[in-house]
Amino acid sequence: MRPELVCPAGTPAALRTAVDAGADAVYCGFQNATNARNFPGLNFTPDELAQGVEYAHARGTKVLLAVNSFPTAGRFGLWRDAVDMGARFGVDAVIVADIGVAAYVAEHRPDLRLHLSVQAAASSPEAIRYYVREFGVKRVVLPRILTIPEIKEVKSEIPCEIETFIFGNHGLMVEGRCSLTNYATGLSTNMDGVCSPAAQVHYDKEPDGSVATRLGDFTIDRFGPDEQAGYPTICKGRYLAPNRDDAYYAFEEPVSLNLARLLPQLIEAGVEAFKIEGRQRSRAYVRQVVGAFRTAVDQVLAGQEPELADLVALTEGQKQTQGAAASKKWR
Amino acid sequence: MTEIAQEKSAASGMGPGRFLPPPPLFLLQPVLRRVVRRVADLHPSLFDRLGPHRSAHFVIDARGLPFVLLLVPDPGNLQFRAIARRAEPVSDARIAGGFFDLLGLVDGAEDGDALFFSRDLDITGNTEAVVCLRNALDDVEGSIAEDVAGLFGAPGRAVLAALRRAGDRRGSGS
Ligand code: SF4
Repeated sequence: MRPELVCPAGTPAALRTAVDAGADAVYCGFQNATNARNFPGLNFTPDELAQGVEYAHARGTKVLLAVNSFPTAGRFGLWRDAVDMGARFGVDAVIVADIGVAAYVAEHRPDLRLHLSVQAAASSPEAIRYYVREFGVKRVVLPRILTIPEIKEVKSEIPCEIETFIFGNHGLMVEGRCSLTNYATGLSTNMDGVCSPAAQVHYDKEPDGSVATRLGDFTIDRFGPDEQAGYPTICKGRYLAPNRDDAYYAFEEPVSLNLARLLPQLIEAGVEAFKIEGRQRSRAYVRQVVGAFRTAVDQVLAGQEPELADLVALTEGQKQTQGAAASKKWR
Repeated sequence: MTEIAQEKSAASGMGPGRFLPPPPLFLLQPVLRRVVRRVADLHPSLFDRLGPHRSAHFVIDARGLPFVLLLVPDPGNLQFRAIARRAEPVSDARIAGGFFDLLGLVDGAEDGDALFFSRDLDITGNTEAVVCLRNALDDVEGSIAEDVAGLFGAPGRAVLAALRRAGDRRGSGS
């Protein structure tokens, strides 16, 4: 089976770039809390989504709509409208995390294909089978915590497709359950759709050229003048602790996932779709990363050794990891 | 700093002096006005993505140029002016980077996050306003740099081509 290359589109221009660079499917969301990349200036208006679907479909590319945050009481209408608009515009699937949203799609939009977001953090065959049985989920996006043998084992026990991340931002907390941003800012990654809201991120340049990063009232890192930087997320910050001489990465280092070398094993394990992270990134990123993985996947399928373009310049901290796919060690 | 990083940062700081000797600022202002008007006319949807940050004052510091640029992307009060460094105004946000890196951003050729990770881009002030501006500019189809070059006909396009070549050489050299 030919795996699908699922690519990020934070803006209409990025969507067209991903389609033109060879994406089999693009994923995108509306400009509100219904999707887990609710960043300022990003995402799609309803008109833009309708046009994006037209552009993609005319070129044989699918559009997957991310409605993958968790509605709180009294706000469900926003998520219902997002699903309804997606169905009206002809998206090929909705990616959901919340069981209420999944139930709404199953009951009211039974023809709409349902994908289970990584935000649902379903990693056991039992959990995945539950979503398949109750809501008719057709594909699960696996959390980034499984080794390849584990993915293979899960695949053998579930009646749906598997999508795995192969490139991009790498936050190792269990997806959909991280409350670090909530603790520091009062806004929730999972319910408001934004980790480290930009309005609360501050970079203070110091006279020696170093930069201190603050999120709300908390200093989360300080980069020396020549040090590589990372995203301003708490999980990638450096902290002082009583038993440490220097500030250290308490959770995770700034590093990006890159599974390019593992593509053959992932295909062999039965993965049906490869996901590239980065809806918050530019067209330049989309063009380079999608183009590189298009070539690599096609070469693997043709039985050739994949040529792996050097993508390190685009990675966080200019460092790459194979994450849990290669080892269960934390880092 | 490694030798490579030193070369890169020296090259990033290099202005486009070989191609565009900086004219006196009063000669530059009408050109900048035309440039920003042209971009606004071609891409009106850009302002929607800026949301509440349309009235923000952005200072853009292309290292190596003898002036900074002030941008107010408000369709009702559009401003794009060159200001001497010693008279830099108070701003909501400040974006500083090498000339070729900033050109790459408006040319759709560079990724803002990557430049930030490598510390080639410095951001201070209102981060949300900068993120909005970045996303709004990135959603512009084609290249803003090309739109601007087109304003000056064949000579404009020739200058852009020369700058792109210089930027590429710098990239491959580092
Ligand atoms: S803090 Fe890190 S792990 Fe938590 S949501 Fe943000 S990126 Fe993910």
